[in-house]
Amino acid sequence: MISPRPDKSMLYYPKMPATWWLRKRSYFLFMLRELSSVFIAIFLVVLLVQIYQLSEGPKSYTAFAQRLGSPGWIIFHAIALLFAIYHSITWFFSTAVVLPLRLGKREIPRNLVAALNIGAWIVVSLVILYLFLSLKG
Amino acid sequence: MNGATATLNITRYLPGQDQIPRSQSYSVPYQRDWVILDALNYIKDHIDGTLSYRWSCRMGVCGSCGMMVNGVPKLTCAVFLRDFYPQEIRIEPLVNFPIIRDLVIDMSDFLDKLKSVKPWIIRKTEKQISEGEYLQTPEELSAYQQFTQCINCMLCYAACPVYGMEPEFLGPAAIALGYRYNQDSRDQGKESRQAVLGSHEGIWQCTFVGECTEVCPKEVDPAAAIQRSKVEITKDWFKSVLLPWGQR
Repeated sequence: MISPRPDKSMLYYPKMPATWWLRKRSYFLFMLRELSSVFIAIFLVVLLVQIYQLSEGPKSYTAFAQRLGSPGWIIFHAIALLFAIYHSITWFFSTAVVLPLRLGKREIPRNLVAALNIGAWIVVSLVILYLFLSLKG
Repeated sequence: MNGATATLNITRYLPGQDQIPRSQSYSVPYQRDWVILDALNYIKDHIDGTLSYRWSCRMGVCGSCGMMVNGVPKLTCAVFLRDFYPQEIRIEPLVNFPIIRDLVIDMSDFLDKLKSVKPWIIRKTEKQISEGEYLQTPEELSAYQQFTQCINCMLCYAACPVYGMEPEFLGPAAIALGYRYNQDSRDQGKESRQAVLGSHEGIWQCTFVGECTEVCPKEVDPAAAIQRSKVEITKDWFKSVLLPWGQR
């Protein structure tokens, strides 16, 4: 059986505007999440260079660390940190969607799963911060 | 009625006559209990019989009357005039689809994709009728029940920017229905759906914008179905590599 199909030459094919992501808040937030990976990628490249400089000796490392202390790099790292936090939070909410948790026959509410994840993340971050500060001390 | 009117700006496109869609304004009597579809039917019956759009059940079951209402994909039988009144209301055909005429879109691409995921129960061996039904526990039913609610209204396709940019993407509803049958304990056709669902144009093209779930009028949650399919297919792949003797 041939299913009825419209005459393609008579159809109008709308084009998606390049500014589609400005049409809705959720689209904009999605694009921010995607953009965040660019900043995180640059941060990781800088970190790799920093580790490489460590292998080059204290003089080389100190010079690189001083360059990172410039206002431009500080602003970049502040933005990268904000993006990293935003990206992480979106993933914690995604986790609740991807891996539904059940308690008996009932599914645990997604917001609760996300809140538990974020809570655990904060605790681990504080432990790492404590270890870092004690090592520095 | 107090003589109040509501204004609808409706996209018109007459093939062979219009080069591009245009907007036409209509005034209809404002009634608090009217949904957008009632207003469209009023226009069709009393003002302009040439206006074309799809509708059928008028109760959120058939999935025919999906349109863009002020830029948001909605079932027009489920949105009231009073939600917008006295503002003007913009009615457009669902975006991301070719337009046949006025508010009628070409759904062939969706129907082809829906068919490609084999949304029906596949059995390797069929039981004889005399052997009785394929029984299922309430827990087994709950694993997929939510995804059975899909009415193929295509609002999720209109909300999905990935489908808008990459029309070869299998799309939210088709994947959700493939997932629904994969989760059904009576089904044995998971492997035969894998080639389509697990392809680049299948689940992997989804970047998890999540708007498909937001606009779904039946709370199907296609975004969850897609992400869970990613986990399932990845697990199956690891099993196939780590257990080369097919011990899944």
